[in-house]
Amino acid sequence: MSPATDWPLWEVFVRSRRGLSHSHAGSLHAPDATMALRQARDLYTRRGEGVSIWVVPSSQITASSPDEKDPFFEPAADKPYRHPTFYEIPEGVRHL
Amino acid sequence: MTTAPAVEEATESAFLAAFDAAVAADSRIEPRDWMPDAYRATLVRQMAQHAHSEIIGMQPEANWITRAPSLRRKAILMAKVQDEAGHGLYLYSATETLGVGRDELLDKLHSGRQRYSSIFNYPTLTWADVGAIGWLVDGAAITNQVPLCRCSYGPYARAMIRICKEESFHQRQGYELLLTLSRGTAEQHAMAQDAVDRWWWPSLMMFGPPDEESGHSAQSMEWKIKRHSNDELRQRFVDICVPQAEILGLTLPDPDLRWNEERGSYDYGDIDWTEFQQVLRGNGPCNEQRISQRRQAHEDGAWVREAASAYAAKHEGGAR
Ligand SMILES: [Fe+2]
Ligand SMILES: [Fe+2]
Repeated sequence: MSPATDWPLWEVFVRSRRGLSHSHAGSLHAPDATMALRQARDLYTRRGEGVSIWVVPSSQITASSPDEKDPFFEPAADKPYRHPTFYEIPEGVRHL
Repeated sequence: MTTAPAVEEATESAFLAAFDAAVAADSRIEPRDWMPDAYRATLVRQMAQHAHSEIIGMQPEANWITRAPSLRRKAILMAKVQDEAGHGLYLYSATETLGVGRDELLDKLHSGRQRYSSIFNYPTLTWADVGAIGWLVDGAAITNQVPLCRCSYGPYARAMIRICKEESFHQRQGYELLLTLSRGTAEQHAMAQDAVDRWWWPSLMMFGPPDEESGHSAQSMEWKIKRHSNDELRQRFVDICVPQAEILGLTLPDPDLRWNEERGSYDYGDIDWTEFQQVLRGNGPCNEQRISQRRQAHEDGAWVREAASAYAAKHEGGAR
């Protein structure tokens, strides 16, 4: 008997409607991409939650390491001048 | 281990501090975060039991699909049973993020090493049971599950949000079914009443043993896996059901049920916990049937899984 884990894990991304990007819905096991798509449809869009589905083998995803999450994102932490609120503009200046 | 146990211990306590801080801040723990072994084990036990309950729960209702009284009811019931299969899959996927394989989980269900909710060991004797299950069993499940949407483990919380969205149709179709029967002929009304009489107490047992006997509760609350005690949720459910039963025109089989002005809640009678223990131990009316049917379904599906694997291998061609 072939256990389900013989089948690779796929991550499912669903676009809920036109104009929005795909977002992660969950995962499932399937033997190939075609089956993964069909099962994703049955599993994640039973009530019209999507107009487009992507399936990606989970093994193909490269993720940042959770252990070094602070150092990894540090370059962004000390650059407040990337935000518009950093700048002081005199009152009365409009459309800025 | 042999090199620097002191250093390792220090890192471990730093990890634990980070974990505790995340839980305290109501942040979520994600699969690749460090977590205490006992936290992981508790989640695996609870999530696996939850996943198993969803798919075993398909059986009592599927029993009535071929005998649904109308095409409308049949389509509704099929959609509901299919949803429960989906809930099982969301939860199995979420459990797998903790490092357990799907085949291992199914194996433990099939060999009785992991449990499913005792409620599904009761038989569905009449069509009205489909209504009583939707109203009471799904209703109790919702009461339990809504707080789980804020569970500290991210994948579990996300699965619960999806499930809760789908559950409200389950409860409403059951209520509507019972209401139709209750307002129908005298026989139909009696059938609805009989179903409610049989499902009421087992539904109250779904919240688990009373707080003073619930072994895992305190730790689970501390970890924010659980947000409310068993008795708290049970009381919430009773308070919701009493007025709903009145509108149904049906009674709940508890002579001690009455409004308590002081508490602002309904008092209810003693629950027969010996029955609960009996069913839990495997002596319920349908324990054996549920598991053997489950095993049979798994074996019957083997050729489909094999064929799909063979097809995938063939079409992969020289890719690997
Ligand atoms: Fe469910
Ligand atoms: Fe349900």
